Amino acid sequence: MEEKKTVLSVKNLSVSFTQYERWIKRTTLLAVKDVSLTVREGELVAVVGSSGSGKSLLAHGVLGILPYNAAWSGEISYYGEKLTEKRMGQLRGKEIVLVPQSVSYLDPLMKAGAQIRNGKRDQGSMGESLKTLKRYGLDETVEKLYPFELSGGMTRRILISTAVMEKPKLVIADEPTPGLHLEAAKRVLSHFREMADEGAGVLLITHDLELALEVADRIVVFYAGTSVEEASASDFRDERLLRHPYSKALYMAMPDHGFCAAPGAQPYIKDRPSGCPYAPRCERREAKCLEKVDYVSLAGGMVRCVKAEEG
Amino acid sequence: MKSRRSEGKILRFLLKQIIRMAVLLFLVSAAAFFLVSVSPIDPLKVNVGQVALGSMSQEQIAKLSEYWGTNLPPAERFLSWAGDFLKGDMGTSLLYRQPVSHVIGMKLSNSLWLMAVSWLVSGGIGFALGTLAGANKGKAVDKVISAYALITASTPAFWLALVFLMVFAVWLKMLPIGLSVPIGMEAAEVTLKDRVVHGILPCLTLSITGMSNILLHTRGKMIQVMESDYVLFARARGESKSRIVFRHGIRNILLPALTLQLASVSEIFGGSVLVEQVFSYPGLGQAAVTAGLGGDIPLLLGITVISAAIVFTGNFIANVLYGVVDPRMRKGRKVA
Ligand code: SF4
Repeated sequence: MEEKKTVLSVKNLSVSFTQYERWIKRTTLLAVKDVSLTVREGELVAVVGSSGSGKSLLAHGVLGILPYNAAWSGEISYYGEKLTEKRMGQLRGKEIVLVPQSVSYLDPLMKAGAQIRNGKRDQGSMGESLKTLKRYGLDETVEKLYPFELSGGMTRRILISTAVMEKPKLVIADEPTPGLHLEAAKRVLSHFREMADEGAGVLLITHDLELALEVADRIVVFYAGTSVEEASASDFRDERLLRHPYSKALYMAMPDHGFCAAPGAQPYIKDRPSGCPYAPRCERREAKCLEKVDYVSLAGGMVRCVKAEEG
Repeated sequence: MKSRRSEGKILRFLLKQIIRMAVLLFLVSAAAFFLVSVSPIDPLKVNVGQVALGSMSQEQIAKLSEYWGTNLPPAERFLSWAGDFLKGDMGTSLLYRQPVSHVIGMKLSNSLWLMAVSWLVSGGIGFALGTLAGANKGKAVDKVISAYALITASTPAFWLALVFLMVFAVWLKMLPIGLSVPIGMEAAEVTLKDRVVHGILPCLTLSITGMSNILLHTRGKMIQVMESDYVLFARARGESKSRIVFRHGIRNILLPALTLQLASVSEIFGGSVLVEQVFSYPGLGQAAVTAGLGGDIPLLLGITVISAAIVFTGNFIANVLYGVVDPRMRKGRKVA
């Protein structure tokens, strides 16, 4: 099989915020720290982590739409070409698209049709948007509706339509399923799988590991703003194939494996320990875990744990 | 079926508004009447003069107090006034010796275009500046505009009017000192240009002092919109900033701004009373002051009711507009 081209490659991405405490004290908050991942053509990569772990910032960073008080470092490349803010500006909304999470991302006073077409009114776009709506089981009456008239499922399909309209090469989906019942959520995710099967690279950002496993090729596990493991979806069939204690804990917490949640909670990004972020909860912690832990390749995946190689 | 139901809803809404208006007007005129009747100003002394009054016979004074209505208890006078008013008779102005409707018509035509222009100018420029500032939050242009708005917000209208008078009329002699037409000119000879020239300073004063409110409100709304999820998504879809401002920003802030501006007709009204006083502009505001100080109760009440009606109409339009224009209000929440 020929090697698939890499669409997106993120290397050592960090995102920090400048904040002012009581107007005077300037502090920087490292919200995303040293994240690396790649998405190839036709591949669906899921970034899984609980809320507040900085996943959305990863998406915004790739699109170049971080808030004005945020700064990023590291390297983001698209088809091997390094992305500058300017280049991101040219690509976003065209080759790189975002599928946001909820109805609040639609202009409340604009009809759905106009939003799907992003203001275009020519014959071609009209036909295209109709075709896209049909594809997702909606009809042309939806075009005339305002966002407040849409149901949760319709909203999700319309948000997806906005992306598909552009024939993107890279789709970034930011939590596309919350608020949907299981069947609808699965259907939404299957649409992303379709996009990948049609050749696009898809980066799916979610908190739901189980759902992600149904459609993803690879899983990147996020913890406290950093990536702790990258594994193929099949690795999650067996705990022993997983590399990081947190991934193993996630595995144990899945309904099929006993719902056994690890004690403790993910630290606030502000209070992240300097060494391994998982150290406060890890049973295998030792002295060297408190120093800097690198993200290294292991058994076809990646891991950030000093004891991973010992199995 | 559905349309009939919504028609009924609209009818009920209108009826409610009209009843509210009637109640409001009644309360306002009663309050005005009460205030005038407890005022220490004795219309007889003010309008006839202490000395003249002293040299009159008792019968003459009795006749005069009948003319000024000071011999009847206030409640009785109010009711008879209200009764006449409902029949369309606003009474006769005691000071002008003309029907009140006449006086008001004359003064209102002077004031109305002054207020209308100020209302439009303050609304238009305030909205534009507010949008500009809000879309560029924290940048230099925002700081300048915000500072301007905050300064004018705390500037009293009469003080600004005096400053303008000093600068443009006294020092630069570019514009006339006051009145609405040149002094001593026959009404027939007055040109449109004369009227415009006399209106510039009062208009400017009213526009500037009336602008800060709409400006700051628009700026706040615009900032909210620019921080919203849908603007973030618009950015993610490659929309440029100017396109975002025009396509999403203005769409979402125009209606609230229009509503606010309609509701702030009262402020322009209030401002015009002071400004007309400073510029000796013979408008409704000035007539109100004269009537109040001179104890001309029929005129004062007439002006009060008309002003309240105009202000209320502004609010009324604002309410209706929201219901008709905003799809969320118009269509109701079909899907929760
Ligand atoms: S680095 Fe140490 S503390 Fe962190 S997960 Fe690995 S063993 Fe646990």
